[in-house]
Amino acid sequence: MSVKLGVPSKGRLMEKTFEWFGDRNVRLSRTGSDREYAGRVDGVEGMELVLLSAGEIPRELAAGRIHLGVTGTDLIREKLGQWDQKVDPLAELGFGHADLIIAVPGCWVDVDTLDDLDAAAAAFRAKHGFRLRVATKYHRLVREFLRDHGVADYQLVDSQGATEGTVKNETAEAVADITSTGDTLRANHLKILSDGLVLKSQATLFRSRVAPVSVAERQTIKDLCRMLAVD
Amino acid sequence: MPDKARIRAEAARLRTAFEAEGAQAFETTILQPAEVLLDLYGEEIRARAYVTSDALRGEQMLRPDFTVPVVQAHMTYGAEPARYTYAGEVFRRQEDDLDRANEYVQVGYEVFDRDNPIDSDAEVFSVIKSALGGAGLRAATGDIGILMAAVEGLQTTAARKAALRRHIWHPRRFRALLDRYAGRTPVPATRRALLAAADPFAKGAPEIGLRSRAEIAARITALKADAEAAPISKREVGLLDAILQVRETLPNALERLRDIAVDMPAVSPAVDRLARRMQALDRRGVDVAALDFEASYGRTSMEYYDGFVFGFYAENRPDLPAVATGGRYDALTRVLGQGAEIPAVGGVVRPGLLLELEAGQ
Repeated sequence: MSVKLGVPSKGRLMEKTFEWFGDRNVRLSRTGSDREYAGRVDGVEGMELVLLSAGEIPRELAAGRIHLGVTGTDLIREKLGQWDQKVDPLAELGFGHADLIIAVPGCWVDVDTLDDLDAAAAAFRAKHGFRLRVATKYHRLVREFLRDHGVADYQLVDSQGATEGTVKNETAEAVADITSTGDTLRANHLKILSDGLVLKSQATLFRSRVAPVSVAERQTIKDLCRMLAVD
Repeated sequence: MPDKARIRAEAARLRTAFEAEGAQAFETTILQPAEVLLDLYGEEIRARAYVTSDALRGEQMLRPDFTVPVVQAHMTYGAEPARYTYAGEVFRRQEDDLDRANEYVQVGYEVFDRDNPIDSDAEVFSVIKSALGGAGLRAATGDIGILMAAVEGLQTTAARKAALRRHIWHPRRFRALLDRYAGRTPVPATRRALLAAADPFAKGAPEIGLRSRAEIAARITALKADAEAAPISKREVGLLDAILQVRETLPNALERLRDIAVDMPAVSPAVDRLARRMQALDRRGVDVAALDFEASYGRTSMEYYDGFVFGFYAENRPDLPAVATGGRYDALTRVLGQGAEIPAVGGVVRPGLLLELEAGQ
């Protein structure tokens, strides 16, 4: 059997991952047609490349179906309970930087901190009869963050895309989403709370703590780690 | 973990004991409409309960407890006074600890009685205590009502009291608010700028979303009023802290709280209730001299307890959750009763844990 390395199957994240490994003399490449999700690893014997959606990599690592995987810290922390018992971060790859933040409309001149958000939520609930809605796809992370900071009278509403548009569309009053430059937020007239940083994320190479490894596979992982100069 | 048949038998024994105290058996469905629970507990319940849905009824919850359906049924159909008992599975989502059960049996005893709430408190405690038998458990007690009375009695604005009252169950935010109201943390620079601005809306950000400009303006007015209010005095903050730190046997705690009440008369009625509850417990044969009292007990559990609170713990098994818990939840009946209300107090036992403890002895 071979050591399975899961990497994002498309876009910039895939290209940057290939580049990062290539700089360390481990050549990752796609094989077959452009549309076929197959790939190969050159430079280390006994490796297999598995192309996956970045969002599925945490689950595959936690199930032990892949040994190594590249994905964002945000996805690992959101999707895996007790994540640190299931995966071990080996290296931060220095790209795919994204902050999970809480943002509110720029016109809310009275709201700059979580303390303000909490007070605004209480007044909003009293006036509108329902809890202030925060649109996000990061339910666990955001709920834990708001609980730790004692924000009450809010509710999370699920938004799997175009989250920044939910406020204008009046399906939410605030958002919790990933941002790298803040451009999309600004374009949608939203501002980040000054203490609203939930998590700083970047593309990271993780090792599964649960995937079974043979003696040969253990050696392969060791060889790879030496080439990558990690761990 | 004891097997399910034994747990069911133990649950039946407990329920029979509660029926012998005059409680009617209560049954409810496992799937509960999610809306009521979500509105009551907020987002927190999603982290604790399993939510499911179908295209017809929308979101449903696997019942996380019996309290809400008992209160709803009582307020719709019940005659007063009333005692109820129930036994059945509850479901709690666990995201951080695999060792905690996500499904377990609860047996409950709930009392709805307008006439003598203090005696009802003592009744629920002693009925549950005797049902637990000789399991050698340590009882912890508290009273959220004392802290609520202390907040009510502060020499400060109604808005500040309301904010503190809202966060009694979130100790960290409660502390942050208290520090700010007492002038112990500086006003954030952005807040100072906002309050100083001639026209806070000068930047002209487009108005989007449901929260209107009038609502924003109303909050700015409230913030200005708050900025002009005198800070909560050091003395009062000290008294609140002194209350929060009370952790003694019940008679000593009572004495300590009476001392504090001399300087903070607003808590006197609540402290008197504690004294009368101690007598009521004593009349029911509870060894009050050895009973622990902790003023901040129950602050981190769900927000519906607003008076007497208690729990029973296995001292030699700190890894186990409480074997029994309970308390007074008058405010919950107010929220669910839409105008109506009834003083209510109750508690639940986990027969599975009781058996596990017996097996370990």
